[in-house]
Amino acid sequence: MPLDIYLNVAVSGLLTGLVYGLMALGLSVIFGVVRVVNFAHGEMMTIAMYLAIVAFQAFKLDPLIMMVPIAGVLFALGYVMQAGLINPFIDRPEHSQFMLLVAIAIIFVNVLLLVFGPDARSVQTSYAFDSFAFGRVIVDATKVYAGVAAIIVAAGLFAFFRFSDTGKAIRACADNYTGALVVGLNVKRLYALTFGLGAACVGAAGSMLTLIIDVTPPLGPQYTLLAFVIVITGGLGSMPGALLGGVLIGLTEAMAGLLFAPSAKSMFAFAILVLVLLFRPQGILGKRAS
Amino acid sequence: MTMLLSITAVSKRFRGLVAVDRVSCEVAKGEIFAVIGPNGAGKTTLFNMIAGALQPDEGAISFQGERIDGLRPDEVCRRGIARTFQIVRPFPALTVEDNVMIGALLRTSDAARARESAHDVLRRLDLLDKRQRAAKSLTLPDRKRLEVARALATAPQLLLLDEVMAGLRPTETDRMVAILRELNARGLTILLIEHVMRAVMALADRVLVLHHGAPIALGTPAEVVRQPAVIESYLGAEAV
Amino acid sequence: MNSAGFPKRGLALLALLFAALIAAPLLVNDYLLTVLIIILYFAYAGQAWNIMMGFAGQLSLGHAIYVGLGAYTAAALYVHFGIGPWIGLLVAVPVAMACGAIIGFLAFRFGVAGVYFAILTIAFAEFARIGFDHIGYTGGSAGLFLPVAQYAHNDLWNLRGKPIMFYYVMLAFTAAAFVLCRYLLRSRMGYFWQAIREDEEAARALGIDTFRYKMFAVVISAGMTAVAGVFFAFYYNNLFPEQVFHISRSIELILAPIIGGIGTLFGPILGAFVLTGLSEAMTELLHTLGIDVPGAKQVFYGVCLLIVVLALPDGIWPWLARRLRLERS
Repeated sequence: MPLDIYLNVAVSGLLTGLVYGLMALGLSVIFGVVRVVNFAHGEMMTIAMYLAIVAFQAFKLDPLIMMVPIAGVLFALGYVMQAGLINPFIDRPEHSQFMLLVAIAIIFVNVLLLVFGPDARSVQTSYAFDSFAFGRVIVDATKVYAGVAAIIVAAGLFAFFRFSDTGKAIRACADNYTGALVVGLNVKRLYALTFGLGAACVGAAGSMLTLIIDVTPPLGPQYTLLAFVIVITGGLGSMPGALLGGVLIGLTEAMAGLLFAPSAKSMFAFAILVLVLLFRPQGILGKRAS
Repeated sequence: MTMLLSITAVSKRFRGLVAVDRVSCEVAKGEIFAVIGPNGAGKTTLFNMIAGALQPDEGAISFQGERIDGLRPDEVCRRGIARTFQIVRPFPALTVEDNVMIGALLRTSDAARARESAHDVLRRLDLLDKRQRAAKSLTLPDRKRLEVARALATAPQLLLLDEVMAGLRPTETDRMVAILRELNARGLTILLIEHVMRAVMALADRVLVLHHGAPIALGTPAEVVRQPAVIESYLGAEAV
Repeated sequence: MNSAGFPKRGLALLALLFAALIAAPLLVNDYLLTVLIIILYFAYAGQAWNIMMGFAGQLSLGHAIYVGLGAYTAAALYVHFGIGPWIGLLVAVPVAMACGAIIGFLAFRFGVAGVYFAILTIAFAEFARIGFDHIGYTGGSAGLFLPVAQYAHNDLWNLRGKPIMFYYVMLAFTAAAFVLCRYLLRSRMGYFWQAIREDEEAARALGIDTFRYKMFAVVISAGMTAVAGVFFAFYYNNLFPEQVFHISRSIELILAPIIGGIGTLFGPILGAFVLTGLSEAMTELLHTLGIDVPGAKQVFYGVCLLIVVLALPDGIWPWLARRLRLERS
């Protein structure tokens, strides 16, 4: 196969991977700080995707622009989820937390099914069929925009955690829960904030993803899994790790789809996950878990 | 006097920090041997190396003539050394009886026999009447006794106690001391880490004092307590 | 969890329940019978999963892999060699146990525990789901279909026949599982498992070889679950990797024991009854209300699940048992 095709697929995978990375970033933030496994992560993204589609179909608003308000809606959803439902479960055993989020996920998926029906929906923007040419590489415009948007949002999140007081407070909670309590941080509120932020990431990613794939209500679980693969591979507690993991998985998927059967591409992601869990559980960029 | 436990020039480093620095000592069968020292002296690290939770970087540990350094904690227990934890770790959802039974099941595969054995131990530790209560519902002194009972149920030759008196009021301390004395009278060798000097003075045949990981005194309680190096390590150079 | 036997009240209720279950086919219509079969299926599978989680404390979220391996092994033997399910079982169970051993070995040797262990199990199940799509010998993604010679009379050897035969087979399995789990729970291994579940390090300090016993839990659980898989294959007569290994199957499997009560003997059974009963009730309710939209039932179901999880974190059985004074609190 000519090199061009490999390059095209690789770049395409890389850009999609950036969006995956943003989605996973949300999970990393949640898991890294609140230490709850958000099994409703993919479902939350699906909600965001449907919001984007409604906005587009009803009001002709571009998903990339709607990204901000949708992220806001998801932020509120995440905040309420954490503050209202999840907080009492922080100290409960894993299976209890898991059950709680599974129940929430079931409700989300089926509300979507109820409201939107089972058929696939998608967004056809005016630039849906445009492409950019960089030398011999041709890339879909949608993917370029999505990829760039993902980087911008991720950068914004990095800056927040690095430089803002609230961001630092959240990192303190993640590092040392008791210490954070002792210095008077309102940990419960910070947890809710963190969950909201993670949800906002997933909301933004969802908006972007509508440009790339179709959405159906049961889309959620595979993206939750994907997010986990990315977060664990890239490294828990590392935000660049989530993006790196996303790019890696995006690339792997794309190349595997090209070189092997397209349906087998997820197998590679899972094989990588198993290897990482066994041999380098902290992931590529992560720190050793406490 | 037969030596039950021999520790020879054992050292342990944690990334540049020397936690235990060439410690040697021997514990005779039937002895009560105490290891004391200020916080950070390396007592628990030494303890964990004997129990198999850590591996020494240098040196050797022998029990009943055989090397045990490098063995897993469960292997060490099967050889006849039982331990308690500084912060007690009962099996919270299980009853007191079940907790101790699990210890007894090391030596017998018959649940009924294990239960009888557990009852014996519980009687000696004065917990028999509480045997049906969930472990998590016990007070701290009771939990400490449960911890000892559970370790005892494994029928050890050597019992390692990690600050078993911590958090106990004087009357409870005396009670524990009496129990340990009785166990020792029946032939149990005991090695204890302790801060509560009242207990150390009452129980120990010999004492090893550690400071910054190194041994600074070894002898009977009375001897050790008078040594200037020991007083200095606890109270600072000005106290001497 | 009490170590002594059941109080008399408990045994009486148990006997009553069992008698009712034996008489059930004579009392209920065919549709309800199929519902009962599903209940027993989930009670059985839940019991098998409970061994790993409730007893030994290892959270497996990919248990569908054992159902799938059991189902596909027995089905393939039947389709390609005409080997009946009871013989097929003798192959299917070791296959699943081997898979469990591999997962367990990798996880425990490399210290993968808690949430990471759960994710590892998901990864393996997903791997199987996608992998089996590409195995032509078992039909690939198009599915594996078991030939159904007849429905009319009950061929127990080949498990071809009427629902009533399947019902009694599943009832026998469930009863056997209950007895086995009761035996295991009161055995030395059962106590060691509980110790490991409560505090693995403390268990080690008591001389328990935790690696060994965790492996036992995984392997036994896997083998038991495979039997459910064999039943699944011969009851539904078609297998698709996309369905059989899907994470929804894994989640379905564990709903009953978690809602019913992890680590208890009655939990999985009670959970299966409550959940399936709830599901059926929902369907009925929505039908009479005239609401026939996809997803409506599931939303209610999810809400009920949520309520139970919030209100009864230990599951329904411990709460119920205290109410009925069947177990010491």
